[in-house]
Amino acid sequence: MATKSKKKKQTEKFALGNEAVVEGALLAGCNFYAGYPITPSTEIAEEMARRLPPMEDGVFIQMEDEIAGLGAVIGASLAGRKAMTATSGPGFSLMQEHIGYACITEVPLVLVNVMRAGPSTGMPTSPAQGDVQQARWGTHGDHPIIVLSAGDVQECLEMTVTAFNFSEKYRTPVILLLDEVTAHTREKITLPDPEELYVYSRMLPSMPPEWYMPFEDNMRGVSAMPPLGSGYRYHVTGLTHDDHGYPTSKPKEVEHFMNRLFRKIDQFFYDIQIVDEIRCDDAEVCIIAYGCVARSAELAVDMAREQGEKVGLLKLKTLFPFPRPIVEKMLRQCSSVLVPEMNMGQISREVKRVNNGLTKVNTLNRIDGQIITPGEILKKIQKG
Amino acid sequence: MAQVTQLIHDYLRHSKKFPHVFCPGCGHGIVLGSLIRSVHSLGIPKDDIVLVAGIGCSGRIPVYVDFNTVHTTHGRALTFATGIKLANPRLKVIVVMGDGDALSIGGNHLIHAARRNIGLTTLVLNNHIYGMTGGQSSSTTPFGCYSTTTPFGQMEKEFDIAEVTKACGANFVARATVMQANLMDRMISTALEHPGFNLVELITPCHTQFGRKNKYKSTVDMYKWLKKNAVPVEKYQDLSPEKQKEKIATGIFVQKDCMGLEQRYSEIRQKIIGEAK
Repeated sequence: MATKSKKKKQTEKFALGNEAVVEGALLAGCNFYAGYPITPSTEIAEEMARRLPPMEDGVFIQMEDEIAGLGAVIGASLAGRKAMTATSGPGFSLMQEHIGYACITEVPLVLVNVMRAGPSTGMPTSPAQGDVQQARWGTHGDHPIIVLSAGDVQECLEMTVTAFNFSEKYRTPVILLLDEVTAHTREKITLPDPEELYVYSRMLPSMPPEWYMPFEDNMRGVSAMPPLGSGYRYHVTGLTHDDHGYPTSKPKEVEHFMNRLFRKIDQFFYDIQIVDEIRCDDAEVCIIAYGCVARSAELAVDMAREQGEKVGLLKLKTLFPFPRPIVEKMLRQCSSVLVPEMNMGQISREVKRVNNGLTKVNTLNRIDGQIITPGEILKKIQKG
Repeated sequence: MAQVTQLIHDYLRHSKKFPHVFCPGCGHGIVLGSLIRSVHSLGIPKDDIVLVAGIGCSGRIPVYVDFNTVHTTHGRALTFATGIKLANPRLKVIVVMGDGDALSIGGNHLIHAARRNIGLTTLVLNNHIYGMTGGQSSSTTPFGCYSTTTPFGQMEKEFDIAEVTKACGANFVARATVMQANLMDRMISTALEHPGFNLVELITPCHTQFGRKNKYKSTVDMYKWLKKNAVPVEKYQDLSPEKQKEKIATGIFVQKDCMGLEQRYSEIRQKIIGEAK
């Protein structure tokens, strides 16, 4: 019996949210981690430090600060690795310039931000959801970005795999937002079979090097990306550049470049938009939530249904690009929606923007470092 | 002459990027020439070289050369280079930075890259000023010198790049001025072949922003000054402290053979894998 269980591949595990992120990353093919430890994201770095060096080509390096961490990740990604880093509030603020760099140079990478209460040093071990708009607009300039979130430990694993797939597919940095509660919850997860898992890796060029254009426009808006040193020599710059990668400020070339950056995300909107609709079919009131609040909301929905109220939950897993069509559908269907979140209204702002007078949008905000309980949400629904 | 022309054709990108952005009399082109000669004489294939640069005048160097080139953010070139080197230790990673890049905004990264002893060749083009930004003082602007942000003279003591890097544990540290083409070629070539972190500080004149405000009437005066005051480091050590202030020590400051980070990493990995088996 003992030998049998030894042979049996481990498919279930008791893990922290942060550890599930590592499992997901390794399943997605991540083999490079650089970062700087910061609470409450440290377990990701610690687990990576144990898991990566014994791998054939795994690299873990603790850098001198968060800026250096993301810099090394960008460098490694340019050299062909699937690379990631993880951080929390203050570290995320430091990384903003490099997020912008990765956007404009179209470097795939995954950045996990375990949100903590802020601003500034704030409350290092208290949960919050205050970095939602920073993830979208933190860096200077106009650019598209993909921001995902996860609400439980299993989702931490799944969304990390998704984050890697999106980043490789669209040549863009992907930010995964967790909150302290999700990152530090320990529960049972099921590890997917690696052979059945959908893992996407960036497209490599097939043409001879002299024909290759690193930032060429095509149907997808995403060009092939060979690793540095593979014979395709090109220039990478944070300056606005043309199809060859050379700096340019000619209005026509700049416009073409910026439009392509936006288009490559826009045209695959339906691929990127991930939401869970829970008991939404006949809902008259809809809760729109994400992260650990969505978990409270799910229980609140059950409680309300028991009392005969038709309540549904729209759980956002993709935060940006904002899943407008599906949110709009719920806004048309319901007499009111409730957006509970652990900030002063960073997603309810988006909901209100989409709503534009369709229905009533209620908010429930908490910024005292405490989670929002199912009871609170239920009470708010009953009040209307 | 014919040979020089040939080299230019081999190594420069002639598709789009000329004329270049450097001012007349700038030393950056001389450094680029020296880098190309060094790479050529060592026979390193172009595909194996990644040239990483920060921001500013020196940051514009990579776009002209036909290597794998990365123009990064201000001061962070070493962090990108660290990622590239660890991701693929086979690559020859060369980092070009200005003095602002290397010692001001990127000072922390420089001391840690030197401490890690990661196998990067770093060229610091020191012109004692922020050239592209318009002539503000940098952390290497000499004491008492004038700039747009030190109109009454620099009140802070300047950094000695070579000494800082040496103290942080770099394997190879050298200095040359752009008036010493042969020395420069030799230093860069030695650095390129040296394992671990190596840094060559190159004193290059910026007449447009530094010279004009600091008693050098012309570019030629600046070059003459460099030629007159550069002395070999062995001679420099024998000079009195007052004399030392006027001179620039050139040559090799440190040359040791400690194992680079990437080799250490691969050794540790072999050990872990061996134990697991």
